[in-house]
Amino acid sequence: MKKTYGIEVDCANCAAKMEDACRKTEGVQNCVVNFMTLKMTVTFQEGADPGEVMPRVLRACRKVESDCEIRF
Amino acid sequence: MLRDMNRRQKLVLIRILLAGAEWILLFFLPLEDIWNGWLEFGLYLIPFLTIGYDILIKAGRGIRNRQPFDENFLMAFASLGALVLGRVRTGDYAEAVAVMLFYQIGELFQSCAVGKSRKSIAQLMDIRPDSANRVLSDGHVEKVDPDEVEVGSLIRVGPGEKIPIDGIVREGHTSLDTSALTGESVPRSVHPGDEVISGCISQTGLILVETTRVFGESTASRVLEMVENASSLKSRSEAFITRFARVYTPVVCSLAVLLGLAVPLIRLLLGLPGDFLDWITRALTFLVISCPCALVISVPLTFFAGIGGASRSGILVKGSNYLEALSRADTVVFDKTGTMTRGVFEVTEVHHATMDREQLLEYAALCESASTHPIALSLQRAWGGTVDPGRVRDVEEFSGQGVCARVDGHLMAVGNEKLMQRLSIPCSICSGVGTVVHLAMDGQYLGHLLISDTIRDGAPQAMESLKAMGVHRLVMLTGDQEKTARHVAGLLGISDVHAELLPDEKVRVLETLLERKTRHTLVFAGDGINDAPVLSRADIGIAMGALGSDAAIEAADIVLMDDDPRKIPMALSLARKCMRIVRENIFFALGVKALCLILGALGIAGMWIAIFADVGVMVLAVMNAIRAMHGK
Repeated sequence: MKKTYGIEVDCANCAAKMEDACRKTEGVQNCVVNFMTLKMTVTFQEGADPGEVMPRVLRACRKVESDCEIRF
Repeated sequence: MLRDMNRRQKLVLIRILLAGAEWILLFFLPLEDIWNGWLEFGLYLIPFLTIGYDILIKAGRGIRNRQPFDENFLMAFASLGALVLGRVRTGDYAEAVAVMLFYQIGELFQSCAVGKSRKSIAQLMDIRPDSANRVLSDGHVEKVDPDEVEVGSLIRVGPGEKIPIDGIVREGHTSLDTSALTGESVPRSVHPGDEVISGCISQTGLILVETTRVFGESTASRVLEMVENASSLKSRSEAFITRFARVYTPVVCSLAVLLGLAVPLIRLLLGLPGDFLDWITRALTFLVISCPCALVISVPLTFFAGIGGASRSGILVKGSNYLEALSRADTVVFDKTGTMTRGVFEVTEVHHATMDREQLLEYAALCESASTHPIALSLQRAWGGTVDPGRVRDVEEFSGQGVCARVDGHLMAVGNEKLMQRLSIPCSICSGVGTVVHLAMDGQYLGHLLISDTIRDGAPQAMESLKAMGVHRLVMLTGDQEKTARHVAGLLGISDVHAELLPDEKVRVLETLLERKTRHTLVFAGDGINDAPVLSRADIGIAMGALGSDAAIEAADIVLMDDDPRKIPMALSLARKCMRIVRENIFFALGVKALCLILGALGIAGMWIAIFADVGVMVLAVMNAIRAMHGK
């Protein structure tokens, strides 16, 4: 399953770091962050529940970029 | 500029002004000798913390989360290092504050510049309206979210408004500005029964539109989605920069350690004075330049601007990688029918006629009035009059040959050579290119008409521009007969023609063209009708005239919103410009960084010169990137 979320982040490098962090989160198969449109497209693993995975994604992203925001 | 700032950016601005003022004030106060310099140190901490507290906090958090090598850590380390150095040796604390101050100014500038350009490009592409005016059954109009409008609803579009959803005009007429979608500036006039697509602006009148699609599947939504998703298909340059950024920071940091510790140790071993503090200062300069942000931002921003600018001209690029590939094209392969030609048959010539042209056309059209065959339709169009069914009787169709009918009491025969042979009427052989239609009346030969496909406006110019741009191989593929293909190719100035191909043979021909090892790429341009396999097989597939055609949008990598062949060289030049800017930015940013590193290592450039250079490069790179948005 694929879902797109709006994000808030200030620099391109930070966006790239968020992408990395999100990819390493359990339940996420792939993640693409588009800094230009401020969107994060997450592909979830089979059977993963986005409602459960996304808070962990946000936590992982906050670790690499403390003042980022994901709207989900 | 102030208007566009968000709250966080404004806060940073206030902190910059405050810290800057304190910094300048302290600069002029003669405090050096009070309490052995500790007072000055303490006072300098005020602007230092004002401007840098968040960076110090973030750096601390980074260490706790085991993510130490981010720019916050580096900045914190460099500026704290400068403070300590100032305390133990130089007595100069201004530099530590300056490092933080310039870093924050740079960050603010970057965030504003990027945010602003991001917005202006996004605005350029914003062809999707936020609301629709739905007409209720009692005639009232309500403003609703376009997502809620069901297929078959009636919506009202007033003058100056964007059409939110694809549909058919039911009432009213207007002239449509389609420029946001096609880049075509001449307005199109529409009347009841005409199809309209979302994203166009009604200019003069009020129309009622019956929707034929839901909002999400309407042209405007699909186009926007495609362009927005384009940057997730990353080009090789972007991948290169991301990989580069990943190794860049650690490498520069290691170099800094070498410079700060190893060099003085070696000097000691060689019996020279160690000058530890001097070398540590140089090492700190390295750390300041180690953030790869200018690189990381400028390349994707260039592609984004390029794709945004292209979409404005009616050229939709599905990914940065295709833009990159297109810029290296040296072969362009075309489909003939519908791409280089209109795909519409027209009566181009009338030969050996014994009666005048108009009357001949009239008889032909009347005879064929019951048929919907493309030839019949083109005859009716050429005549232009309305058919009076009372004049035509006893229509008899001979499949693959033609039609016989009684028109105004005369026995007419309209068809090909075989029909004339069947009726034993001698006919003349035509030397022209196209489909020949012979006419006979009451057994007497009248003459023949030549029906052929016509070349699109601008097709020969498009070929010429492509040749001028260094595309040296132009190839035409067609399912049409050899004679017609050669004729069209001659008009276009193409020498390489493959005719009478079935769809799967087109793929095979394309594959032989692809068999070569170069860094150049092959473009296939088609109208998306029965050449989808070829479109997807080519390095870059360009679909033309895609308004409304889903299959073409799916299969192609680049979609031209209208069917002007001149958009092909235009797309090529946009792609090349974009890649030129990408290269400029990569070389420029890397060059200045390398220069700073060398000057820093030699002790010529101080910390804040390094920051200045870094920020300067970033701003210039962003401004350069924005150039990709505008055409030539």
